[in-house]
Amino acid sequence: MNPKYRPYYPRWHRKLVPIFWWLRKRSYAAFMCRELTSIFVAYSAIMLVLLVLAMDRGDAAYGQMMDFLAIPVVVVAHVIVLLIVLFHTITWLNLAPMAIVVKLGDRKVPPAAILIGHYAAWLVSTVVVAWLLLWR
Amino acid sequence: MSEAVAVPKTVTLEVFRYRPEEEVDPTFESFEIPYHPEWMILDALNYIKDDLDGTLSYRWACRMGVCGSCGMLANGRPVLTCATYLETLLPGPIRIEPLEGFPVIRDLVGDIGDFMGKLSEVKAWLIREEEKPVEEGEYLQTPSQLDDYKQYSMCINCMLCYSACPIYRLEPEFIGPAAIALAQRYNMDSRDEGAEQRMDVLSQHHGIWDCTLVGECSDVCPKDVDPAGAIQRYKVSATVDYFKSLLMPRSSS
Repeated sequence: MNPKYRPYYPRWHRKLVPIFWWLRKRSYAAFMCRELTSIFVAYSAIMLVLLVLAMDRGDAAYGQMMDFLAIPVVVVAHVIVLLIVLFHTITWLNLAPMAIVVKLGDRKVPPAAILIGHYAAWLVSTVVVAWLLLWR
Repeated sequence: MSEAVAVPKTVTLEVFRYRPEEEVDPTFESFEIPYHPEWMILDALNYIKDDLDGTLSYRWACRMGVCGSCGMLANGRPVLTCATYLETLLPGPIRIEPLEGFPVIRDLVGDIGDFMGKLSEVKAWLIREEEKPVEEGEYLQTPSQLDDYKQYSMCINCMLCYSACPIYRLEPEFIGPAAIALAQRYNMDSRDEGAEQRMDVLSQHHGIWDCTLVGECSDVCPKDVDPAGAIQRYKVSATVDYFKSLLMPRSSS
């Protein structure tokens, strides 16, 4: 017998959510990975702002920044950051067709076209940036 | 007979039991039931109730995947028990639990009052600014306009999506997948004029913005409603509307 039970009064059972709920299922864990990688996206954005600020402060400051970025440990760290940001970008772009449904007249644009459009935009912007940085 | 797979004679079900008058904490009770390849989980539960233990409590009605009342966890996954073959969960033991995220009243029965409240909060019905007199006839709609919302109208309120959603468990104020999908069902209906009224509920923090797109709701949906998609589409249109009102404050959209 449950001594706390009062007849005709509901006594709900509520389950607490464990801290590591996201390790229970592969899809939850994959979601957490995608969300956590956004920290590195923020880091990349801050790094870019710092570079622009250094450039604004003149050649000496910019050179100092470049020297820092050339340290082998920093290079390796940034390659890892790049891979993480790529993971974030790809998993994020793959979700785009879910959020964007375009109708042309009476017909729906197929999700694959939306996806291809996103990747094409990514490719074009990458080429433009690469052209600015490397070949100009 | 070319198949060598042995068909079991019996299968064990570990059923979640919570009898508040008898026990403080819930327990699991094992039942060994005869195995029939044509049986759904619900058939097994009905066998237990009819032949083994009449005190087992659970909800069910239609047995054909339209009433949405027999949703439970089978081996941790939210399913309609009337639409899930025992065969898919062999060899067992098969663990049956009530849907997660809802307080349990007894055994496999959860309190769904929270969802029912949210459903009326989002005004999931046709809203007209002015009702047309009956003599003027129906509100007409083209097949293409029907297509815009038809998918969302397939929702049977089974709440599997709430059970799959970790956000709802962590933040019970979240309006949740099915209620938002149903709000979208009416927002996208060409006959409806209530999108603005629904926006008050949907665009607040506990509306669409609580959703972080885990995507499990769409994964478990037995009717392919895709509530996750409905929420993301609303996020996009709410953002576009916000910037429109910011850039063109005088245009009425």
